[in-house]
Amino acid sequence: MSERLFRIWRGTAAGGSFVEYRVDVDPGMVVLDVLHRIQARLANDLAIRWNCKAGKCGSCSMEINGRPRLACMTRMNQFGGAEMIAVQPMKTFPVVKDLVTDVSWNYEQNRRIPPFRPKPRPADGQYRMRQVDVDRVQEFRKCIECFLCQDVCHVLRDQSRKDAFVGPRLMIRLASLEMHPLDTEDRVPALREEFGSGLCNITRCCTEVCPEQIQITDNGIIPLKERVVDRYFDPLLGLVRKVFRRK
Amino acid sequence: MLDVSEIQTFEHDVLVIGAGGAGLRAAIECSNRGMNTGLMCKSLLGKAHTVMAEGGVAAALGNVDRRDNWKVHFRDTMRGGKFLNQWRMAELHAREAPDRVRELEEWGAVFDRTTEGLISQRNFGGHRYPRLAHVGDRTGLEMIRTLQDQAVLKGFGIYMECTALQLLLGGRQIAGVLGYWRESGRFVLFRARAVVLATGGGGRAWRITSNSWEYTGDGYAMAYEAGAQLMDMEFTQFHPTGMVWPPSVRGILVTEGVRGDGGVLLNSKRERFMFRYIPEKFSVETAASEEEANRWLKGDKTARRPPELLTRDVVARAITQEVNEGRGSPHGGVFLDIASRLPAETIRRKLPSMYHQFKELAEVDITREPMEVGPTLHYFMGGARVDSDTQMTTVPGLFAAGEAAAGMHGANRLGGNSLSDLLVFGRLSGIGAAQYVRGLGHVPRVEEDAVRAAVRRATEVLNRDTGTNPYAVHEDLQGVMGRYVGIVRAEGDLKIALVELERLKADAARVRAPGASQYNAAWHEALDLRALLVTAEAVTRAALVRQESRGAHTRVDYPGERQEWQNMNVIVRRGKDGRMETEVERRQEPPKTLAAIAYATIEDLEANRV
Ligand SMILES: Cc1cc2nc3c(=O)[nH]c(=O)nc-3n(C[C@H](O)[C@H](O)[C@H](O)COP(=O)(O)OP(=O)(O)OC[C@H]3O[C@@H](n4cnc5c(N)ncnc54)[C@H](O)[C@@H]3O)c2cc1C
Ligand code: SF4
Ligand code: SF4
Ligand code: FES
Repeated sequence: MSERLFRIWRGTAAGGSFVEYRVDVDPGMVVLDVLHRIQARLANDLAIRWNCKAGKCGSCSMEINGRPRLACMTRMNQFGGAEMIAVQPMKTFPVVKDLVTDVSWNYEQNRRIPPFRPKPRPADGQYRMRQVDVDRVQEFRKCIECFLCQDVCHVLRDQSRKDAFVGPRLMIRLASLEMHPLDTEDRVPALREEFGSGLCNITRCCTEVCPEQIQITDNGIIPLKERVVDRYFDPLLGLVRKVFRRK
Repeated sequence: MLDVSEIQTFEHDVLVIGAGGAGLRAAIECSNRGMNTGLMCKSLLGKAHTVMAEGGVAAALGNVDRRDNWKVHFRDTMRGGKFLNQWRMAELHAREAPDRVRELEEWGAVFDRTTEGLISQRNFGGHRYPRLAHVGDRTGLEMIRTLQDQAVLKGFGIYMECTALQLLLGGRQIAGVLGYWRESGRFVLFRARAVVLATGGGGRAWRITSNSWEYTGDGYAMAYEAGAQLMDMEFTQFHPTGMVWPPSVRGILVTEGVRGDGGVLLNSKRERFMFRYIPEKFSVETAASEEEANRWLKGDKTARRPPELLTRDVVARAITQEVNEGRGSPHGGVFLDIASRLPAETIRRKLPSMYHQFKELAEVDITREPMEVGPTLHYFMGGARVDSDTQMTTVPGLFAAGEAAAGMHGANRLGGNSLSDLLVFGRLSGIGAAQYVRGLGHVPRVEEDAVRAAVRRATEVLNRDTGTNPYAVHEDLQGVMGRYVGIVRAEGDLKIALVELERLKADAARVRAPGASQYNAAWHEALDLRALLVTAEAVTRAALVRQESRGAHTRVDYPGERQEWQNMNVIVRRGKDGRMETEVERRQEPPKTLAAIAYATIEDLEANRV
């Protein structure tokens, strides 16, 4: 057991500041454990979101020493012995209280995405898909909606262009639908116009922070951008594809 | 006096409490049936417990082994539940699960495939054939996301981070729900003609649990307080394999899929001890040697199943005994070894999140070393007593589904049968609620005094100058339940627990939450304590009443199943004097056809002779 110094941002939308806490840390603890200990002993009303404590639900997103991370998957032993640990809420979303932010914008964007529209079932009632085709969308469907990628994306974070770009999380949601072997909807026009695929300039910051290690940029956004470019820069190709739809 | 009309109010035909698999599926069904539907949940959408389910959803699709069908699934479920399941529920579940899984596919779910391109299925404890449709080891995520997308598409009212505090009656019927917004701390009133409880379980009353903070038994407590009966509360499932090291992750689940894919349990002497714990009833269907178990794993259809895949109650007790007799691992568990059984590449592909979880949280590489595991409180078989067909509780207009409801799993749940339960009974509860609303003559009105009393009760906690720390009371409770109402129970311990619970109730009545009501974690914790205590007491009282050992309920002073208890359910309800009372009730006799299937030999079932 050793004592550690934590600086936690405390406050609300109206403002706030960092508060220091000294707390005992046991071997094997993650940052979320320490925050819970602080909550139980020193700051009973500290607001934190969490559910699974195992990196599966994407609730405990915050910025730890400046990096967007899941508190439940950030082990204490990766910090140097004397290092102070600063914890603050995700910057891209409005603060509700302490470490909790209002992420409802992401849910609103999701609602705008044209839903899954499956092919009719074959005569025997069984959909058939090959595992290799399924692998591709399963990668995107691993997303736990932690919104860390949204937090780090500079289009949303620094340029505040939430009005024009849905962000990496929603891009891979679009990719998971567009590349779904059974889907028949066409989302390419909307990708460019409504969802702002052009604003992403492939910095790959989102991929770096994704706790599910989804290759957001290379496997999701770039192929989508290619679909947009194909359709709009080459009208003939676009037309051919519309007639002979390939997924 | 508080003016009730000043509380923010919403009106719905059906209000569903809980947005896990059961709640989402119920709400979708209500909406499909033209109901004005609302759905509330404590966390954000998509974060409910269902998201954590790993191994898969059980349905007799017969894609991997053509011999499978609903009858075998039904028989497995009854045997796993030690024949205490409600017969009709187990039947409905086994019959309807395949359609519910295929429906998910139509809504966009992408399950792993067989070589022919069909939904693949994996082996799991207690299931005769490979039966669990899955997506690696993140099946729950796939399921909740699919249902969530479907719900968003329907466009009904969704109230996130909104906690239900109390069910409201009009006369004896359901009339609404009082809740509060976590964010603002403001109260909110839902007027509803029917309410579906899909609030999940209550594992947070124990310290070593796979459950999240949401699992404080709110549904059980709210139903109980509204006058509904609870049933089978003594059956709390301890999953045999939770993490045991480091201490901060103790209890986090290690999916049964590890054993389904070939993982074996070893004690400190490196013995595969499960061969020594095969119950009489299962011996004809369980491998007698390691050699036979290995052949089974390779797909030899004449070989029998490895003993690691016995039902959870059996495996959890075996592990406890190994540890108690001094053959445990360094941190008080046993070893679960997959590393020596499968190539590293296959482990990473089939069990990616287990690989990740151990690597990140325990610094153990499961492709090279064994894991240390031990029992963890996982699931409540008991809950609100419901009608098998409509899912209505004993309070008119109040329905329950999923882990909040009792009956489907009897004395012990098979892995994978929960996710399918959520889909089947989520839907049926939606149908039940919609039919009830259609047939409702007059609309009951919420009794306003009850609203005022509930608001007062909740705000008292904030207005106190001094009082006990809610976190400390919760920790205290977890200690009591772990010590006296654990995996192996005895009359003396259970009686001590009841005395301790009285003390804790007194402590809980004096808790204080400092700060304002806005997103105040201490206040939430204080409000949850009430439900935790009702839940803990219901489990303890029911455990004291059942004088036998069956499934997940083990009494050292009454070893073995007793014939006289086979058809008995323990009912818990609030007595006239306001105290908790129990009653033992005889279960209905099964229809002959179902009994014939449940007790059939596997040969007769496979040859379609039953
Ligand atoms: C780690 C883990 C792995 C598992 N793996 C499997 C598996 O492979 N296969 C399987 O079949 N089962 C598995 N289970 C069990 C299964 O996941 C659960 O039993 C199931 O998800 C419960 O679903 P539910 O819909 O009943 O409740 P939940 O999904 O828990 O949802 C409960 C909902 O109720 C809400 N709620 C609770 N109280 C209130 C309140 N007071 N006010 C408002 N809302 C409230 C919560 O916010 C939540 O939305 C697993 C469980 C765990 C913990
Ligand atoms: S790659 Fe695109 S989406 Fe990802 S962070 Fe950079 S700009 Fe944002
Ligand atoms: S893509 Fe990755 S980082 Fe983004 S929300 Fe999903 S899991 Fe989180
Ligand atoms: S608590 Fe679920 S991801 Fe951290």
